[in-house]
Amino acid sequence: MNHPLPPETSDVPLAPGERLPKTQRDKLSPEAVAKIQAIASQFPDRMAGTLPALYIAQKEFGFLSLGAMKEVAAALGVTEGHVFGVATFYTMFRKKPVGRYHFEVCTNLCCALNGAAELLAKVIEKTGARPGEGPSPDGLWSVDEVECLASCGSGPCIQINHGVFDEFVDEAKLEALMDACRRGETAAWGE
Amino acid sequence: MAAIRTKPDHQLYTFEGFGSSKYPNLMLRGAGDLHNWHLKVYTEKWEGYEACRKALKMEPAAVTAEVKASDLRGRGGAGFRTGMKWGFMPKDTPERKVTRYLVCNGDEGEPGTFKDRAILEYNPHQLIEGMVIAGWAMQCRTGFIYLRGEFSWLIDKLEAALQEARDAGFLGKDILGTGWDFDILTYRGAGAYICGEETALLNSLEGRRGEPRVKPPFPASVGAFGQPTTVNNVETLAAVAPILRMGGHAYAQLGTPGNTGTRIYGLSGHVKRPGLYELPLGLPMDFILNDLGGGSSTGRKLKAVIPGGSSAPVFDAKDFDCPMDFDTVKARGSMAGSGGMIVMDESTCMVQALLRLTHFYAHESCGQCTPCREGCNWMEMILHRLEHGQGRPGDLELLASLPPRINLRTLCPLGDAACGPVESFLQKFRGEFEYHLEHKTCMVGAKSILPELVAAH
Repeated sequence: MNHPLPPETSDVPLAPGERLPKTQRDKLSPEAVAKIQAIASQFPDRMAGTLPALYIAQKEFGFLSLGAMKEVAAALGVTEGHVFGVATFYTMFRKKPVGRYHFEVCTNLCCALNGAAELLAKVIEKTGARPGEGPSPDGLWSVDEVECLASCGSGPCIQINHGVFDEFVDEAKLEALMDACRRGETAAWGE
Repeated sequence: MAAIRTKPDHQLYTFEGFGSSKYPNLMLRGAGDLHNWHLKVYTEKWEGYEACRKALKMEPAAVTAEVKASDLRGRGGAGFRTGMKWGFMPKDTPERKVTRYLVCNGDEGEPGTFKDRAILEYNPHQLIEGMVIAGWAMQCRTGFIYLRGEFSWLIDKLEAALQEARDAGFLGKDILGTGWDFDILTYRGAGAYICGEETALLNSLEGRRGEPRVKPPFPASVGAFGQPTTVNNVETLAAVAPILRMGGHAYAQLGTPGNTGTRIYGLSGHVKRPGLYELPLGLPMDFILNDLGGGSSTGRKLKAVIPGGSSAPVFDAKDFDCPMDFDTVKARGSMAGSGGMIVMDESTCMVQALLRLTHFYAHESCGQCTPCREGCNWMEMILHRLEHGQGRPGDLELLASLPPRINLRTLCPLGDAACGPVESFLQKFRGEFEYHLEHKTCMVGAKSILPELVAAH
């Protein structure tokens, strides 16, 4: 939060007055634009659609590049600066790509007391991905260390692609989870 | 792929006597049963929407009076009286019709707190019913349920429950023939703890950065979209239907005077039976820890408990007999907060535990106010030095000097929340901090709980 755009983001931050790059990849589908506009119209102020719209864009593109943020601004009819400010404030809006299965390991105190640090080390060892360093070489995994996931009574816990909490995770359970991902039984990022 | 869970839950929700008149079960009814969330189960098994029917036959002011009679205090942390809060909402006048909003705060992010999640997962209709009653009492036009972003796995279920309520006529146009229209929208946050603060939540709901607003004006005058708004926690709103069903005065018989009703305590950390326990307020902490929680999970003695979510000042063993209600916990120097109890045994290094908590606040500070933004990071830096054997002479004095410079000097209580643990850990476990400073190592020889230290070995 309240961090500038990370340097490893896919786009170079713009110089004052410079125009945003236009790439084919950053075009929202007509369905997504329609969905954004439908959501925005539910609220007294269209700006309230910003967070839902960013989620929709993130689902389409896998992460939020500057081009994607520009598309969101256009779909909502708000300024690009506003969308950029919001997208960079919240941690769940990814400014760089993640793996097909994004593992978020809670390392806050309650989980830490029950072995979250060891679990994170195992996740790093088994996936080959490190927190904050993007996907593993095969593109299958990425890992983040996150703050409390509200699963304190059953920690340590991992969330996969913002799906379901998996509670009391140990090494055997982690293996089983990764196997389920490899078999496609868990929804991939963006599905 | 829908995110409705299909696997059983490990979470412990029941204990011997739970559901009896001694330990009434008002909010966790059916928790643990994956099918409990359906309207059919709620109406057939749990007297669903009876309170709503009763409330909508009453005058709105009489509903608020009933909640005032119950003396219900907000379960989000501050413990402010709910009926009084509802009373702050402006009324319509012949000259001016006011648009009012009700917002349910489901941005449950405080470490140690995991109660709202259970209500949302197993009893969403109880929350919806509570919101309809609250909406009627304050004559709101729309309700919003703001959920933390990580709860995306609950949104499908909540949306399905809302649709069931709409189809049954409890939401939408002309509810139960009263001529009153009220609907509820869900809104998903995106990973910012600060959005649990009511004005930051309102900014986020409006699609902005979740930065707290200057108060006054309070949300009851200028809230969501510039209109009068009441923000209540999930558990607070879930308590409204039982209050209307039982009657406010009967509800006030539960708990202790001034701290009425039941609340959900969350046990986590080094405890044998972690989980959620719904109990009347005022029961002693050691009863919850030992009789219900089974005591230490490690066989070692318990050293400390944080009684009300991570921002509550820590208790050491001499305070384990504290009755768990808002006023007594406050008188003992902590706060009942959100009811999340983090239990630590004697093998826990207090410097590490405090470093982890302070890192959380430093990470989650929104950055608007200098004392909080800089102060939390500064406290984390000093603790990091201590933990890594690089403490300097005067560090403890420097660390102790920071909370008074943060407390009450910020727009919202996040800075204060970061100070509670620092002040209390230093006060109650100072010996451990001094040992770290002097010997560059841990007094209790604790196993590391921090990822960076685990990775280093």
